[in-house]
Amino acid sequence: MGYELFGLPMIYYIAMVVKVLVVFVFVLLTVAYATYAERKIIGHMQVRLGPMRTGWHGLLQPIADGVKLFFKEEIVPSQADKFAFLIAPVIALVPAFIGFAVIPFGDTVEVAGYKIPLQIAAFYDTAAGKVIDLNVGVLYILALASVGVYGIVLAGWASNSKYSLLGGLRSSAQMISYELAAGLAIISIFMMSESLSLQKIVADQAGLFGWYVFKQPLAFILFFICSLAEINRTPFDLPEAETELVSGFCTEYSSMKYAMFFMAEYANMITVCAVTTTLFLGGWHGPAFLPGWCWFVAKVYFLIFVCMWIRATYPRYRYDQLMRLGWKVFLPLTLLNIVVTGFIAR
Amino acid sequence: MIMPLINGLKITLKHMFMKPVTLQYPDERPTPSPNFRGLHALNVSHNKAKCVACYLCPTVCPAKCITVEAGEDANHDKFASVYEIDMLRCIFCGYCVEACPVDAIKMTQTFELANYRREDFVFTKETLLEKK
Repeated sequence: MGYELFGLPMIYYIAMVVKVLVVFVFVLLTVAYATYAERKIIGHMQVRLGPMRTGWHGLLQPIADGVKLFFKEEIVPSQADKFAFLIAPVIALVPAFIGFAVIPFGDTVEVAGYKIPLQIAAFYDTAAGKVIDLNVGVLYILALASVGVYGIVLAGWASNSKYSLLGGLRSSAQMISYELAAGLAIISIFMMSESLSLQKIVADQAGLFGWYVFKQPLAFILFFICSLAEINRTPFDLPEAETELVSGFCTEYSSMKYAMFFMAEYANMITVCAVTTTLFLGGWHGPAFLPGWCWFVAKVYFLIFVCMWIRATYPRYRYDQLMRLGWKVFLPLTLLNIVVTGFIAR
Repeated sequence: MIMPLINGLKITLKHMFMKPVTLQYPDERPTPSPNFRGLHALNVSHNKAKCVACYLCPTVCPAKCITVEAGEDANHDKFASVYEIDMLRCIFCGYCVEACPVDAIKMTQTFELANYRREDFVFTKETLLEKK
């Protein structure tokens, strides 16, 4: 392992590939079983059982769904813009997954004498004796969240159907309104951590009451709600409102392309929960009897449960209510939070 | 403004721990109430149907699904030589049971009446006879 490539030891590259594979497979599996968990949890909240017949208590349901979607006929509307129609699901899916590159999901582990941080886009600098990661990690995540909406808008436009177009337009309007509030909500975090590096933000939250959720409860709630709106989860699922827009932007999609939108939706949910965990719930910090990544996964899963809980509870917002909430309630609140933090934090 | 939202969350969380009301139908079967109106049955007495072919049931039937033809048996008694109910027309109102003067027809708890052919939905006297 003494071999070096571009001034970095070989173990760095091997660790990178292993981390990417493990995280990718883990997220994919979570996406698959999030669909199952969602149906099960919402079912029980409505005093039903949810899927029961595919495998023990319906445990094979995601596999059955996947196989079904895979073998469905691919339909491309004759009046659709073929290229945009085909590329849109990819644009929706890829940003949802690559957001994980900067999220630290565990402490540094030592393999064969090398320290490897459990974060994909990071390495341990032996000379400086610390973990180097992307120093604008949060900006990267916010940027990817904005790219994701292109998939939805393109899908809506390329389908050449009025419902899809309305869904796509709603999505972009919603994104712009809530991205602003979400971005401003986490500015108070940067004011406290004085860094945009997620590694540093997590390091600052060591100790139980060091979590930013205790120091910034308002920012936490605002950011989580705005994130729900950004990823089009209920109660903000206007772009794909089934009852009014016949599934909105994915009306004309079938087969695997539809599945990709579905996966993107759930992957986005997981990303948002992971980002919220990192920024507010202390990342991988937790009592020492479990390794860091266990705490991280537990916190993310808890937040995913909260997303589903919210979905089972609230009806969809009306369009004007959504805009009023974003611009007249959340935006002033986040600005107020920044001002108050400015006075208190120092 | 915030409290109703939190109360809603509380309610859904409480419901999650309730026993689901779902009946896993083909595995678990429902028990219909005693006055459930399912498939008809012709009551039997002394090894033959009690029906005396008085034609009150086809008269009262709002769906006109009952066909009765009278016959005469060895004791010169009137009996129903043909008694058919078209289950595709029947609305399970139970008027035939109410109208019957000799308590010859009743309704059972059977509710699974699916079939493959239209002809099979016309239940004849033999199939309707009360199973002992």
